[in-house]
Amino acid sequence: MKVLVPVKRVIDYNVKVKVKADGSGVDLANVKMSMNPFDEIAVEEAIRLKEAGTATEVVVVSIGEKKATDTLRSAMAMGADRAVLITTDQGVDIEPLAVAKLLKAVIDEEAPDLVIAGKQAIDNDMNATGQMLAALLGWGQATFASEVKIEDGAAIVTREVDGGMQTISVKLPAIITADLRLNEPRYASLPNIMKAKKKPLEEKSADDFDIDITPRQTIIATEEPATREAGIMVGSVDELVAKLKEGGFV
Amino acid sequence: MTVLCLAEVSGGALALDATSKAVTASAKLGDVTLLVCGPKAAAEDAAKIAGVSTVLLADDPAYANGLAENIAALIVSLKDGVTHITAASTSIAKNVLPRVAALLDVMILSDVIEVVDADTFKRPVYAGNAVQTVKTSDAIKVVTFRTSTFDLAADTGAAAIEAVTGTGDAALSSHVSDDVSESDRPELTSAGVVVSGGRGVGSEEDFALIEKLADKLGGAVGASRAAVDSGYAANDLQVGQTGKVVAPDLYVAIGISGAIQHLAGMKDSKVIVAINKDEEAPIFQVSDFGLAADLFQAVPELLEKL
Ligand SMILES: Cc1cc2nc3c(=O)[nH]c(=O)nc-3n(C[C@H](O)[C@H](O)[C@H](O)COP(=O)(O)OP(=O)(O)OC[C@H]3O[C@@H](n4cnc5c(N)ncnc54)[C@H](O)[C@@H]3O)c2cc1C
Ligand SMILES: Nc1ncnc2c1ncn2[C@@H]1O[C@H](COP(=O)(O)O)[C@@H](O)[C@H]1O
Repeated sequence: MKVLVPVKRVIDYNVKVKVKADGSGVDLANVKMSMNPFDEIAVEEAIRLKEAGTATEVVVVSIGEKKATDTLRSAMAMGADRAVLITTDQGVDIEPLAVAKLLKAVIDEEAPDLVIAGKQAIDNDMNATGQMLAALLGWGQATFASEVKIEDGAAIVTREVDGGMQTISVKLPAIITADLRLNEPRYASLPNIMKAKKKPLEEKSADDFDIDITPRQTIIATEEPATREAGIMVGSVDELVAKLKEGGFV
Repeated sequence: MTVLCLAEVSGGALALDATSKAVTASAKLGDVTLLVCGPKAAAEDAAKIAGVSTVLLADDPAYANGLAENIAALIVSLKDGVTHITAASTSIAKNVLPRVAALLDVMILSDVIEVVDADTFKRPVYAGNAVQTVKTSDAIKVVTFRTSTFDLAADTGAAAIEAVTGTGDAALSSHVSDDVSESDRPELTSAGVVVSGGRGVGSEEDFALIEKLADKLGGAVGASRAAVDSGYAANDLQVGQTGKVVAPDLYVAIGISGAIQHLAGMKDSKVIVAINKDEEAPIFQVSDFGLAADLFQAVPELLEKL
């Protein structure tokens, strides 16, 4: 069974982004970038399937600037076998619909049995690509996965939903999107980081595909969210109780 | 303008809060038709939401469990004359609507917090550290609304109910089981008071302190990711960028440091109280009332004095 994992290079989750003064966007200059945390979880799950003998090969794919090579190398250092990079113009964030179309083109060629994506990219917070890809392929989908079992041509997936957990069975090939509790991603060891440098990385350009990736959405303005007025520190529980009473909460 | 809004149905009943708020947001765009995937009783409840002109009832069991393949195909079959397809940003809608959008070859607008006009919307990005105003060129707009920023609609409606069938089961996925969290407390996303615990609470047993305080204040229980990952609280209680977004009148954060991912889910609360033994904790930068204290002393004392 071949598993394909799409990985996105995003701003590191520890960075608090700043909106540019002119409202034209957020400041990404000299900011630390990393693999989208949900994609690390997706890569880890794919590698575990391989270690368990369920999967035979793990292919990682990224769409973005040339620098996304680093993200793909990190995924290969964790244990992915090879990588495909589809380069796009610098500084342009490709929308989920276009990402899904490009991924579909790769999938038509690679014919994986399972795709594990992240549930959400932590930059645009869209939570859409996996579902869109499943639609374009006509495949089933199991989003927000916290447990995955592969049995008799199907994936049995426990999902984190609003009211608790839901378990569904989805026929393969299928798309799964990873939620936080699916696993804890490993750190790549130094020897594996070295080995990953020699693993195959195929590079294509988005222009090589006959796919229109023109954005459907125009970002007219980017603003700072409303800021909260500074509050006060209270000195004791009594003082806190008094404040809660004043506020009418008790 | 005709808006097709997917009602939120969970456990076979209409989730009124989420659905009603989605109707409020949708009504800013045009005439609202509400699609109910569930039993007739849910459709009858939905018909009472003011601003809904028609309720479409799809009671085929294929649509009952939020299975995206079936519901997305149903929605697409109803697209004629529709300008907007909407829903509250719940786990069901987040699963289904992007699939609908791709089937229609359009993009999605997720987690919208403000309707500017028929094709312009505001949505948070980067864990709420920026708000984008986005204009779409798509013919049909597919939108999910963050309910914490919209009000409830009145309950004075009397919409007509029509049955729809669609194509039924696509046989791509099937429901196996549900493991629903049972609680007598108010629902997290609509509660007036939320008391959340973090890693500082230290254990599942001690998380009872958080629950006791929530009960005392008549509120819901929430948690940070660290508390959920450590098994102190259920996954559906996670508040934050990738959990639930809440904006209650009172939010009490206990033993929570205030990481940006957590703040993304609660910083629009009216009053924020934080109890943390580290006076440098970032949570104090967003709190109205901060108490730098050991929670194992402060919370029992609070329980006693309230
Ligand atoms: C992709 C991604 C998504 C995420 N999504 C979310 C999300 O949706 N929601 C979320 O919450 N987090 C999320 N996180 C995690 C987030 O980055 C933080 O790690 C998390 O919020 C920390 O939880 P915490 O504040 O409970 O724990 P910590 O940061 O460990 O803080 C514990 C706090 O408890 C205090 N404390 C300890 N003992 C006591 C005591 N006895 N009395 C009083 N105070 C005490 C400490 O001073 C400390 O401030 C996400 C992270 C990633 C990478
Ligand atoms: N540019 C990209 N390259 C590769 N994978 C992506 C890209 N954008 C999104 N994805 C995948 O889709 C998931 C959801 O992203 P999003 O829909 O943007 O929130 C991510 O976690 C990735 O697995």
